[in-house]
Amino acid sequence: MSALLLQLMNGLSYGVLLFIITSGITIVFGILGVLNLAHGSLYVLGSYIGYSLIMEAGLPFWVALMAVPILIAIIGLVLEIVMLRPTYKLGHLSQVLLTFGLAYIFHDIFSMMWGKNILVVNPPEALNVSVEIAGNAIPAYRLALIVIGIVMAVLLWYTQEKTKWGAVIRAGLSDKEMVGGLGVNIHFVFTCVFFLGSLMAGLGGVLGSPILGVFPGMEFQILILSLVVLVVGGLGSVTGTFIASLLVGFVETFSRYFVPELSLIITFALMALVLVARPQGLTGRRVA
Amino acid sequence: MKKGPVKGTLLFLLMVLVPFFLSIYYVNILSEILILSVFAVSLNILVGQTGLVSLGHAAFFGAGAYATGLAALKFSTNIFITIGIGLIFALLLALIIGLLSTKAHGFYFLMLTLACSQIFYSIVYQWTNVTGGSNGLSGIAPVDVFGGLRLSNQVFVYYFILVVIAILLFILSRFLHSPLGAVFIGIKENEERMKSIGYNTALYKNISFLIAGTIGGLAGGLYVIFNGFISPNDVYWTASGSVLIMVLIGGVGTLWGPVIGAAFIVILETIISSYTENWMMIIGAAFILFVIFAPNGIVGIFNNLKSTLFKRQKLEHETLKMIQMKQETKMDG
Repeated sequence: MSALLLQLMNGLSYGVLLFIITSGITIVFGILGVLNLAHGSLYVLGSYIGYSLIMEAGLPFWVALMAVPILIAIIGLVLEIVMLRPTYKLGHLSQVLLTFGLAYIFHDIFSMMWGKNILVVNPPEALNVSVEIAGNAIPAYRLALIVIGIVMAVLLWYTQEKTKWGAVIRAGLSDKEMVGGLGVNIHFVFTCVFFLGSLMAGLGGVLGSPILGVFPGMEFQILILSLVVLVVGGLGSVTGTFIASLLVGFVETFSRYFVPELSLIITFALMALVLVARPQGLTGRRVA
Repeated sequence: MKKGPVKGTLLFLLMVLVPFFLSIYYVNILSEILILSVFAVSLNILVGQTGLVSLGHAAFFGAGAYATGLAALKFSTNIFITIGIGLIFALLLALIIGLLSTKAHGFYFLMLTLACSQIFYSIVYQWTNVTGGSNGLSGIAPVDVFGGLRLSNQVFVYYFILVVIAILLFILSRFLHSPLGAVFIGIKENEERMKSIGYNTALYKNISFLIAGTIGGLAGGLYVIFNGFISPNDVYWTASGSVLIMVLIGGVGTLWGPVIGAAFIVILETIISSYTENWMMIIGAAFILFVIFAPNGIVGIFNNLKSTLFKRQKLEHETLKMIQMKQETKMDG
């Protein structure tokens, strides 16, 4: 029972982390129609810059947590303006391939700048302790991660469902052209959404690095996992992404615990099952 | 039209003569190019002709390679039997994945093929008793073609691969213009319309998937005979990505495009890797440039050049025929 509780907390914190990463890719895909295959690279870039700031420059964790997402978001902004904006006329597939090429470039930049070893970031001092819950020692950092993730989820949910900005985003998900016709500067919305998506990737990068570490090739693992979450959850709602993230987090954690030989297969089988049974995802609506 | 076979035959003869002039190092590079050409050509049937963008094609390469390798290790040294087993295995895998993934459209198709190929990768990675896990399958001995002829020399392997790809390209050049090939193109251009004309598009998409998967398996089988080694890395989705890059850089939907793309990537990789190990960056950058500036690939650039040259000649005679049909490849959705 006690081991189960530990796995439960692991799954929960992993799922919440997945939510932070995936909410960025989902919203970008939903609004821009571009599946950003470089999203995992932005995440890893966040982790690496976080590592440099925290472990090499010696800055406190909280400073990195504030600075890195903004930095990544600015990089995302530049990418959107320089690469995606001139290419909307080429069609979405070309843009997806563009981001794929970008992921290749990032892959080598990482190994040039940070080498090929696994780097680990220490969690902040205050959270580098264990908390006793029902006789189990659970790292305080994981608990903090769960809290941060839930706060982010609520924040995103509130923004999307209750504010004017959220209304524009929701309308953009349903019909971009109509929103443009109603006088919204849809290209500005695209840029803002990409900024937000990159911000979430950077945030995930800093938050995830003490748990997952950071190593070359990780961006593809993260990307694949976030695609799984994207497909399982479907497009369009924060709630769907949140549920899917937790589901994938639990499935991944528990399958690794109970049947380690099959852990890789089970997660993808879940995705294939959802795609065949409900192509639009658990909560999403159908997108052509 | 009639120049095609002549040019093809000339190219074939040229390739036959290559081992007499170049060292074994270059012959090996050429073999690699030819094998990856087979792989890229197979994906092109799916992406270029039927309009289904798959990001999981390495699964069939892996299926063919592992099945051929295991057959060669366990019970046969005949090349036709071992590759045949690889082909059957790839065909079965294509049947399963095809039935699942052709249900979805556009990005969801892409993700479903990706998921299926990752499942296959995990199976290969975890089933250590059979596939050797992360160490891969090694020590695959040279195989026989007929009775005494054994592909013990890299040059023999090169000739075998050359003959296979020559036959394959010949068949495909016919296939491109066959009624079935036309149906595939119709599905790419406008699936709804093909449906309303009365074609069972789901069936045809599955057929396309089967053909592409089986030829992908052939590429895998050839690779394992050439290399004597196969590892899970060749099945990972980055392998699927790089073959997609080959097809797109070469020219989607053309006969020679994937071959040129494969040659371009392999040569680029060979040249770059002698200077720096960061070849992924260069290929990524080249790929981005192609996507933005030459969406129809190298073949597209070549055709543009040719048409501008032709225009200049025709301009004096007939100005009326100047209007060209703009060929558009619709690849979304």
